[in-house]
Amino acid sequence: MSKPRYTIAVTGLNAIDSPGPGVAVIRGLLEAASFDARIIGLAYESLEPGIYMPNLTNHTYQIPYPTAGTDELMERLTYIHSRENIDVIIPNFDAELYSFMKLEPKLKQMGIRMFLPTFEQFEERHKVNLTKFGEKYGIDVPLGIAITDPAEIYKHEKELDFPLMVKGKWYDAYIAYNMEQARNYFNKIAAKWGYPVILQKFVHGTEYNVTGLGDGNGNTIAAVPMRKQYITDKGKAWAGISIADENLMDLTRRFVESTGWRGGFELEMMKSNDGRYYLMEINPRIPAWVYLAVGVGQNIPEALTRLALGEKVEPYTNYEVGKLFIRYAWDMIVDRSEFENYSVNGELKKDEHGKETL
Amino acid sequence: MKIKHQIAISDTGFLFNPATGESFTVNPVGAEIINLLREGHTWQEIIDKITEMYSVERNSFEKDLHEFAGIMKMHQLLDKDE
Repeated sequence: MSKPRYTIAVTGLNAIDSPGPGVAVIRGLLEAASFDARIIGLAYESLEPGIYMPNLTNHTYQIPYPTAGTDELMERLTYIHSRENIDVIIPNFDAELYSFMKLEPKLKQMGIRMFLPTFEQFEERHKVNLTKFGEKYGIDVPLGIAITDPAEIYKHEKELDFPLMVKGKWYDAYIAYNMEQARNYFNKIAAKWGYPVILQKFVHGTEYNVTGLGDGNGNTIAAVPMRKQYITDKGKAWAGISIADENLMDLTRRFVESTGWRGGFELEMMKSNDGRYYLMEINPRIPAWVYLAVGVGQNIPEALTRLALGEKVEPYTNYEVGKLFIRYAWDMIVDRSEFENYSVNGELKKDEHGKETL
Repeated sequence: MKIKHQIAISDTGFLFNPATGESFTVNPVGAEIINLLREGHTWQEIIDKITEMYSVERNSFEKDLHEFAGIMKMHQLLDKDE
């Protein structure tokens, strides 16, 4: 029996040292057992590596930054849809999710499906609201305080104690060991990501992450926990290993069930030295290391696509433990004309061999 | 002294704890001790077996085994009630 063929648009093609999840998501889609995928890349910058990688996207289009507003994004997506007839969009950046969530009803009318969290889910798990989230769902969360003025660090110094984490609203997190560092990080983050900046109590321990998928009705469709084995100076996992930790799995299922989570997610956890699990962050999208989940038997991008298309998806019940992912850097040689084409025209088309076509 | 049942050890002495994702390497005697633990042997039985197989003084090995157990405990490789 022939498999259906879907056109799926994916963002997050920046496979850099702090990578977007797009390339890993596309690899999962291309390996899907239940459908064939034709991939449309959606990129912001002309040097996102995924635009030029061979055998990844069929066509990549530039899209406007979220700051340009949803009207501009809608206009661009309408144009892309008129050319490509998109079935599903998988947005992969925290900062763009709100715009896509806002456009979801309009895109659905056009025949484009997504599978995103609800506004309520998106807001209540936000770093700024995480302490309240922990209280509401009975999950241990380190004390976090959102501030807009560096003077407030002095006010909360006693409650939080040094070292403490200084985090951006969307991205970036630093450990500050003293007041001077905390102030510096506050200014650095505020300049890049705006206000508020979050101060979070530091938890000593080992980092674990879980990636998963909720069906929106409280069922966990997929969940794979991973221990970071090698961490970059930006705190990103450059290598990790799949593990079997029932406590983490229980916590994940509890999170999905109690929130009725809809869509992909990543839970960032810290196991403290006394064995307690703290939820450090909830990312409301598929993480960059999702290909590990695909590699151990849970193709989250495939399952998410099927849920977006309204299919019934049976939960994954198993995965291989003790498998590693190890990221690597690889220099591509790209013809100037490809870069030129994308930079000037805002799009780049590839043939089946991954070569540029005009 | 009981080792956690899910701990896997290969012939090369590579040990993997699937619950935490940590891995370790132990020398051949360490691997032998861990395998004896996995088979359910008691502390005294392990001392008997190892001192029979190798030319090592009982007191000296007992001290080393105690230290080895401490390291395993620190890395959460032993059951909690140990």
